[in-house]
Amino acid sequence: MSLLELQAVDTYYGPIHILQGLTLTIEPGELVCLLGGNASGKSTTLKTVLGIVSPRNGTVTFDGEDVTRRPTSYRIRKGLAIVPENRRLFAPMTVLENLQMGAYLHGGGSQEDFDRVYELFPLLHERRSQLAGTLSGGEQQMVAMGRALMSKPKLLLMDEPSMGLAPILVERSFEIIQQVHESGVAMLVVEQNANVSLSIADRGYVLSTGRLVLEGRADDLRENEDLRKAYLGR
Amino acid sequence: MSTDPTDPSAPRVGVDEWVASHEQRRAYRAGVAGMVERRLERVPSPAFYLAFGIAAAVVPALTSNGYVIDVGLNTLLYMLLALGLNITVGYAGLLDLGYVAFYGFAAYGYAMLASPKFGLHWDTLAVIPLAVLATVILGFLVALPSRRLVGDYLAIVTLFFGELFATVYQNGEHMSFFGHFGAHDVTGGPNGIPNIDQFNVFGARIGALNYTAYYYVALIFFMVLLFAMYLVDRSRTGRAWKSLREDPLAAELMGMPVNRLKLIAFASGAGIAGLAGTIFAAANTAVFASEFDFTSGLLIIVYAMLILGGAGSLGGVILGALVVNVSLEVLRTPGHATWIFYVLIAATLVAKLRPWHALAIVLAGTAAFGFIVHAIVSSAWPRGVHGQAPVGGILGSGLSHWVILPSSPMTIGNVAFIFLVLAVLALTLLKGWWQKLAMIPTLYLAAFVWENRLAVEPSITRLILVGVILIVLMNARPQGLLGTSRVEIV
Repeated sequence: MSLLELQAVDTYYGPIHILQGLTLTIEPGELVCLLGGNASGKSTTLKTVLGIVSPRNGTVTFDGEDVTRRPTSYRIRKGLAIVPENRRLFAPMTVLENLQMGAYLHGGGSQEDFDRVYELFPLLHERRSQLAGTLSGGEQQMVAMGRALMSKPKLLLMDEPSMGLAPILVERSFEIIQQVHESGVAMLVVEQNANVSLSIADRGYVLSTGRLVLEGRADDLRENEDLRKAYLGR
Repeated sequence: MSTDPTDPSAPRVGVDEWVASHEQRRAYRAGVAGMVERRLERVPSPAFYLAFGIAAAVVPALTSNGYVIDVGLNTLLYMLLALGLNITVGYAGLLDLGYVAFYGFAAYGYAMLASPKFGLHWDTLAVIPLAVLATVILGFLVALPSRRLVGDYLAIVTLFFGELFATVYQNGEHMSFFGHFGAHDVTGGPNGIPNIDQFNVFGARIGALNYTAYYYVALIFFMVLLFAMYLVDRSRTGRAWKSLREDPLAAELMGMPVNRLKLIAFASGAGIAGLAGTIFAAANTAVFASEFDFTSGLLIIVYAMLILGGAGSLGGVILGALVVNVSLEVLRTPGHATWIFYVLIAATLVAKLRPWHALAIVLAGTAAFGFIVHAIVSSAWPRGVHGQAPVGGILGSGLSHWVILPSSPMTIGNVAFIFLVLAVLALTLLKGWWQKLAMIPTLYLAAFVWENRLAVEPSITRLILVGVILIVLMNARPQGLLGTSRVEIV
């Protein structure tokens, strides 16, 4: 049984048809990347998965249950979490408070949750009483990931994790993604940076103007001529 | 510059630890001031609240002056209002411009249940919970259709609600249901509801106009709610409100029930305003709708308190209400206001004008300029110096030889006021010595406008002065005296 399944999803923003018959699955423990250029519908896909926007046609199934008409908070309680684009930390709150907010639906987080996150990111324990807005970009990325992991997600969504980071931090960021993945969390990584994301992913999907144009194993996609021309630039 | 590679504290390429250690690098003031600053930082904030409570509790014991108690009661009611607004605006970031309507709604609610108006004289222990509950429900109802609105849109909708409330209560003496069921006098219309009962609990009642008793009632309610808010501030809901204010989308992505949190913030703010309203109604023994509409200035004053103290800060609520209300009271007397006016200008000049000789030239220049103008006017147009200085004493008699005081200052004062505003604007465009030279006639013009127009109308002037103080303070400290984040209008 798939962990997440989008079945022929059509999503609209008012009269504008964004996602056109999108079908996508993620198996438990898998790392899947979703590639595509600007305005290809990547972020809308995430919003549809989370329930920020609801599709006009099609179904969203998560962990064996049809959640198409369920609100965001229900889906998050059921095991979804997101590291949003640009991280969106609560800047004037401390690192600890940011982590607590990640476990809002679980009463602010148990000691185990904190231990698990601190083990993954020892730096966050060190900086727990520091205001999140005063951290550097790479450190903020860790807080954002830690915050998302506080709710013990089965599937972690990542929206453009490489955005606004120095090249060396992008690499470090993807190492962390791999590390989190190895701890057993399934992940859907949305990226423009096809090269790095395909190197760590199991499978990949490629979107273009709201439609799926390619899908397959990450290794196969890396060899695909069209994709190389369009995104890898060689 | 070269650094020693063996020194572990030296900056290294690719290691950006300095952001993390910013707390350790924080500069404190030197000497005694720095020591006091560090000591004060370690005192937990409830200790300050308790100190305020004790200080406020002994005030009535120290004075038998009814005026002081009256002002104190007013200040406490403002503090309660600001405490409630602090939830809606300070924590949840919802710009509620209809807030005063909740205060008025509960005041009228108390008046209707405990006055000869409908012949009801209920026990206070029943009326207060009922009025507060009704206000909370009203808060819910107002928030329900507006909960998807943010920023300026919410502000407009709530402002409309506030005006709607005032208009309905102002004209509520012939109420009917779409033309049916006759015309009933529900709110007393512009005459309001008079002869409201004092607080009475099981037959024991507070004597008429016993402001000291109401002072303590308001103080006890305020202290209890203050400590409750301190706990809420550090609770899961308090943090959720603040994260909602910082980033509503991120809050939703964390699974927070954003709409429910907004409703709770709105309704609990309304409830605290309602509590203040019942005390207000009983203490004043009469309510009028015009006390709660926009032109009463109440809304602006409460917002000024919250913003001055620092939105989202409980200490700021106390400090903001104290500073704003006490300044408004002090400025009520023209004599005090005149002293404050000149001392404020002189203090600003001394603090900001550098170098020292420029300061000396501007001050001496202004004095000389005044005497010259006075001499010329008194010989060319004697009626121009025959007016009365609005204040007596040394200051008044000194000023009457310096400022021109026409015998009919109305029109010329108004024109001068407009020129003063233009001159101040022009000052900001000038640079260097030209600016300092231009200050001399501008300062004289300010004194002229003050003596002839502003000092004689203290009720308007005090609002202008408080406004100016607010503008200056907000430029220096945008987050307020004790605040950490600003109220965003958009």
